[in-house]
Amino acid sequence: MNRFTYARAADTFDAVRQGSDAGVKYLGGGTNLVDLMRETIEKPASLVDVTGLSREIEELPGGGLLIGAGVRNTALAEHRLVRQRYSLLTRAVVSGASAQIRNMATVGGNVLQRTRCAYFYDDAGSRCNKRSPGSGCDAIDGFNRNHAILGASTSCVAVHPSDMCVALAALDAMVHLRGDGGERRIALADLHCLPGDRPDIETMLEPGELITGIELPPASAISRSTYRKVRDRSSYAFALVSVAAVLEVEEGHVRNVRIALGGVAHKPWRAMRAEAVLRGGPAASLAFATAADAELAEARPLSGNAFKIKLARRTMVAVLEELAGEIA
Amino acid sequence: MTMIVNGEAAEIPRDPRVSLLDFLRDDLNLSGTKKGCDQGACGACTVLVDGERVLSCLSLAVQMEGRSVTTIEGLGTPGHLHPLQQAFIEHDGFQCGYCTPGQICSAIGMAAEIARGVPSHVTTNLGDDAIRLSHDELRERMSGNLCRCGAYNGIVAAIAETFAEAPLAEAAE
Repeated sequence: MNRFTYARAADTFDAVRQGSDAGVKYLGGGTNLVDLMRETIEKPASLVDVTGLSREIEELPGGGLLIGAGVRNTALAEHRLVRQRYSLLTRAVVSGASAQIRNMATVGGNVLQRTRCAYFYDDAGSRCNKRSPGSGCDAIDGFNRNHAILGASTSCVAVHPSDMCVALAALDAMVHLRGDGGERRIALADLHCLPGDRPDIETMLEPGELITGIELPPASAISRSTYRKVRDRSSYAFALVSVAAVLEVEEGHVRNVRIALGGVAHKPWRAMRAEAVLRGGPAASLAFATAADAELAEARPLSGNAFKIKLARRTMVAVLEELAGEIA
Repeated sequence: MTMIVNGEAAEIPRDPRVSLLDFLRDDLNLSGTKKGCDQGACGACTVLVDGERVLSCLSLAVQMEGRSVTTIEGLGTPGHLHPLQQAFIEHDGFQCGYCTPGQICSAIGMAAEIARGVPSHVTTNLGDDAIRLSHDELRERMSGNLCRCGAYNGIVAAIAETFAEAPLAEAAE
């Protein structure tokens, strides 16, 4: 691990003030960053520890929920209002990592965790445009069964590993940010970037900007939602494919639907095409399949992951059927 | 700057690169906590921080200021074993023993999570405040602790005997 200095932020202002220097990284639970530093993939000059900040979950006047970025993953999953009103978020969080890691990891850090592409981690032996821009990508013709089928580029086929973010994308969550220029908000679904020719740029965050919280809009009392994760082991494994969905049906027709996919792209993938096909139409299996096909029409398999297209299609249909069945 | 380790104050190391795991083993000579993968994948380094199970390999010692760390050495002594340590012996919950301190610390953390009502991936009803430690719940909640010897049946039996209110049904519910 390279040398670095460490400081604990007194409050959000202090964190952003310290974070404006070049080479500074904010430290949350450390479950990803410390690992990457030990592998010398991350080499910050300074760490500003923000784990003491923004640790509350508060109900907003309009009925929404504001989750502090410093809330630990376990604390988020077990919170009574999250379990009751946003159960897919609890489902997504507890499907990720292990209990020890969830006890450490913060919400803000979960959003900013980096890909688990093995070539990104293999500093000694592999080319990676994300780690060393312009060096090439060994995943494209390598062992890529875990990699992207949507939105990838000739520079990068890595996927975003978070389960929590997939649920947040389906919930229309807003990310609260603070930087030198003050506060701003951005939709979680718009926070992460597709790789394009700059896969080293992963989010819309400005240098030194800090995630302070995640805002959930009020939950609809009549919608149903869930999160389903498909993986190689039944526990403690990243998703091959995951689906978060919120469905509202009225008299057999889809009044509202929001779907997000995990394990398939460089970002939590909001399935806007599928949603457009479904909205206003019948809440029936045929429509679910048509919607899934519409979303996956632009999916492009790599040498080792063509199975993911079928898997994503089937999982989307199964999740929507499950939710429609609960309503019927 | 100090942390508390097994009830005693310990000076935080000056170099912020030192992990909690290396600090415990190399500076405090508490070698019960094991280094398996050193990258958060195996659970052998699990300790309790303020009662919560965490991975000491991914924790920086400098982040532990003012916090209370419990390792396997803080749970029992040869003459006075923790009930879970005794149960591991009775149920053959290990072969080589390398994962055992992490398994035991993890299971103690797990019991507190269940008592608090923390749901897991296999919890059916998220509205339930009371969670029963079933066979499936136990295995899911302990999935962060690997045992290369494959002593899982004994590990599950030892944890169940110590923490389950009733004998576990073997089959999935």
